[in-house]
Amino acid sequence: MATRIEACGVSAYYGSFKAIDAVTMTIEPKSVTALIGPSGCGKSTFLRSINRMHEVLPGAHVEGQLLLDGQDIYHREVDVTAVRRMIGMVFQRPNPFPTMSIYDNVVAGLKLNGVKRKPALDNACEKALVRANLWDEVRDRLSRPGAGLSGGQQQRLCIARAIAVEPQVLLMDEPCSALDPISTLAIEDLINELKNQYTIVIVTHNMQQAARVSDRTGFFSIDRTGEPGRLIEYDDTSKIFTNPAMKRTEDYITGRFG
Amino acid sequence: MSLQTPLQSRRVIADRMATVLIYAAFLLALIPLVSVAWTLVSKGLQRLDGTFLFTSMNNIGAFDDRGGAYHAIVGTLQQAGLATLITVPLGVLGAIYIVEYGSGWFAQAIRFFVDVMTGIPSIVAGLFVLAFWVLVVTPVFNDGRPGFSGFAAALALSVLMLPTIVRSTEEMLRLVPAALREGAYALGIPKWLTIVRVVIPTALPGIVTGIMLAVARACGETAPVLLVAGGNPAINFNAFEGNQSSLSLFVFEQAGVASQYAPARAWAAALTLVVLVLALTIAAKLLARRNPLAR
Amino acid sequence: MTTSSMIASPAQGSSAPGGGGPLPRRRALGAETVFRGTTTVAGAMVLVIIVAIATFLVIRALPSLGANQESFWTYEGWFADSDPPQFGIAALAFGTVLTSTLALMLAVPVALGIALFLSHYAPRRMAAPLGFAVDLLAAVPSVVFGLWGRDWFYEPVSSLSSWLHSVAGWLPLFGSDGPYGKSVLLGSTVLAIMILPIITSLSREVFVKTPTANEEAALALGATRWEMIRTAVLPYGRPGIIAAVMLGLGRALGETIALALTLGSTYAIGLDLLGPGGNTIAANIANRFGEANATGRSALIASGLVLFAITLVVNVTARAIIYRRREFTESAA
Repeated sequence: MATRIEACGVSAYYGSFKAIDAVTMTIEPKSVTALIGPSGCGKSTFLRSINRMHEVLPGAHVEGQLLLDGQDIYHREVDVTAVRRMIGMVFQRPNPFPTMSIYDNVVAGLKLNGVKRKPALDNACEKALVRANLWDEVRDRLSRPGAGLSGGQQQRLCIARAIAVEPQVLLMDEPCSALDPISTLAIEDLINELKNQYTIVIVTHNMQQAARVSDRTGFFSIDRTGEPGRLIEYDDTSKIFTNPAMKRTEDYITGRFG
Repeated sequence: MSLQTPLQSRRVIADRMATVLIYAAFLLALIPLVSVAWTLVSKGLQRLDGTFLFTSMNNIGAFDDRGGAYHAIVGTLQQAGLATLITVPLGVLGAIYIVEYGSGWFAQAIRFFVDVMTGIPSIVAGLFVLAFWVLVVTPVFNDGRPGFSGFAAALALSVLMLPTIVRSTEEMLRLVPAALREGAYALGIPKWLTIVRVVIPTALPGIVTGIMLAVARACGETAPVLLVAGGNPAINFNAFEGNQSSLSLFVFEQAGVASQYAPARAWAAALTLVVLVLALTIAAKLLARRNPLAR
Repeated sequence: MTTSSMIASPAQGSSAPGGGGPLPRRRALGAETVFRGTTTVAGAMVLVIIVAIATFLVIRALPSLGANQESFWTYEGWFADSDPPQFGIAALAFGTVLTSTLALMLAVPVALGIALFLSHYAPRRMAAPLGFAVDLLAAVPSVVFGLWGRDWFYEPVSSLSSWLHSVAGWLPLFGSDGPYGKSVLLGSTVLAIMILPIITSLSREVFVKTPTANEEAALALGATRWEMIRTAVLPYGRPGIIAAVMLGLGRALGETIALALTLGSTYAIGLDLLGPGGNTIAANIANRFGEANATGRSALIASGLVLFAITLVVNVTARAIIYRRREFTESAA
């Protein structure tokens, strides 16, 4: 059920400012794709364009085509909430709903989309928490507030929340940048397990992390501030990190800029 | 010290004097606070008992030492209650529009006029309901007679409460982190459900605080009630028909009666009113202190 | 079918995600549109109410203004219930402005003093509970202040009046030799106490927000605490202070019941503060409404319309100052 994503000339704007310019890339199903690049290069903006979260910001809009198994998610008549249910997202900072229990956090997406039956919810909750490697830690305190967990646990709770709605794609926007090394390792292990079922796209600042978890890597960059970000190179991770085709990629990987 | 030049000592004196004046200003403000509190308690307690709280002024003459404020308490509670029922949905929805949906000049205009509306004098709110509801709308259903009622007072109180509630709710909604909204959108939850099930519950303690403060202020309003509820010495449980009194109106009425028994009644009613208002205010502030959004 | 059918909400029927089926279509008139529309209507109610207030007050004021035998703007008396009616706003408007101005003159220095005390002088442990006490003063209903002014506070004020008359009786302001009771001085002092909390809490808010860098820069140059306040805190807070004073003025202009109980309810333009006298538009409405006939009510509504216009101007000005400042600080940030 994992899905191929094809971006065809995707440009994203904040008001009149063009943040990314004509990104074209194909993301394969059941793989982990890492997006790397210097700050402000538009990698997060591109990630947020994939599930139409970019347009949530006032004045922001996207041009171009983004195909999910051949269908344009930016088509005028497409239900945006359905797109987001198919393409889940995990954010930089864990953002569990503070008024909800652990259980309610996990099933929030299902409950608020009309699933009412308790057995179905219980089942989905356990399944999602098991997949997110959190079940053993929270099974006996599901009714406690989600905000009471540690940072790493909260992030895994948010991953459980995202996969509970059974998406086909999982987008991760620097999911470990607010976490300690041990929690980071736990999340990376989790990403390795999840790629058996989901198409995963992860934005990261950490090149070791990109090298560790991803199959393919896209390198974004900007010419100078004020210019839009571009996809410079997109290839197998091993190729990008050992023998990149572009000089700029090599400069970035070896730490000569960025 | 020998380093001290005349210039420096003048500066030091100015600093000392400012300190003294600023402390004096504070002490000066304490005088009315203490005096109001003392007068209120000492004069109010003379008549404040079960009889006062549970009898009305029906068939009580001015030169009678009995009588109570039950009819007025009923009026205050009903009028404030009805006003709350009217303004809470309207105010919260209006604030949601301003924060979550509104954009451009229309939302800006609403924000601006909400602020302006907080400054409308209570007597003007009363005159508005008089001119609109009591003298124009109700006579149509009332054989041409103006319809003074507790509900009319509630309408006037609503005009006063609405901007306060919109404003405080607006502030609380803005404190809800954008990350929570995005977290919900990313789950495919529609915007309206995100607002109702994620944003509002998160902001709820602050919203309730704002509502309680607005209700407290409305309970103490006299002028609108005087103009549109008409006052009534007897108990009237029906806010929708016939004149009604309220605690603040009762205080004002008794203050205008030339009788040796009237002041005691006025002060007892004033004490009752202040206890009600301060209880609401203090409860609201304590709730605000436990609000995780406002730190 | 995969487990993804679980998440298809009933409303979407067969268009379950997954399996390569077509993406669900957006619905034209869904709950989203209804909810958004409802909130828009609720928000627009504010504008509707403001317009309705002006409209209905004008409509109900016109009959008496047509029947009035005197000039509404210049006549000082109020015989709106007589036939033919004779009434004018001159004395009431003058009294309103006089009482409010006096109250501001008394309240502003003290309020700024308290605000500075709470923001820069009081020990931190004390500042919070004392600020709370000031807020409680704001919560006390105005009728209670009126009653207090009439039953208790008039005594110290009449002693003060005798003293002022004996010391400066040659001034028209203090010309009256009694009897001292309900007077402009009493009303203004009570009013000053009532607007004290709002001015205090608003200016305290801006004082607290003075950037620490500004304060430290002043102190580093060797300024005393008072010089630091004069050079850093007050200039920074000036627009905020102006707005607070304007809002206090708005409150004072509209205050009704406390003044109905402490002013003398006369209809004359004069500067005498001590003698029995004084009146305001709002207090006059409260005092006259009970016995007013149809024309009398209409005349009171006409006076209320004037009050509405005055407070509107004051409040719009105050808000415009605050909004301009907000833009200024936001663009600087």
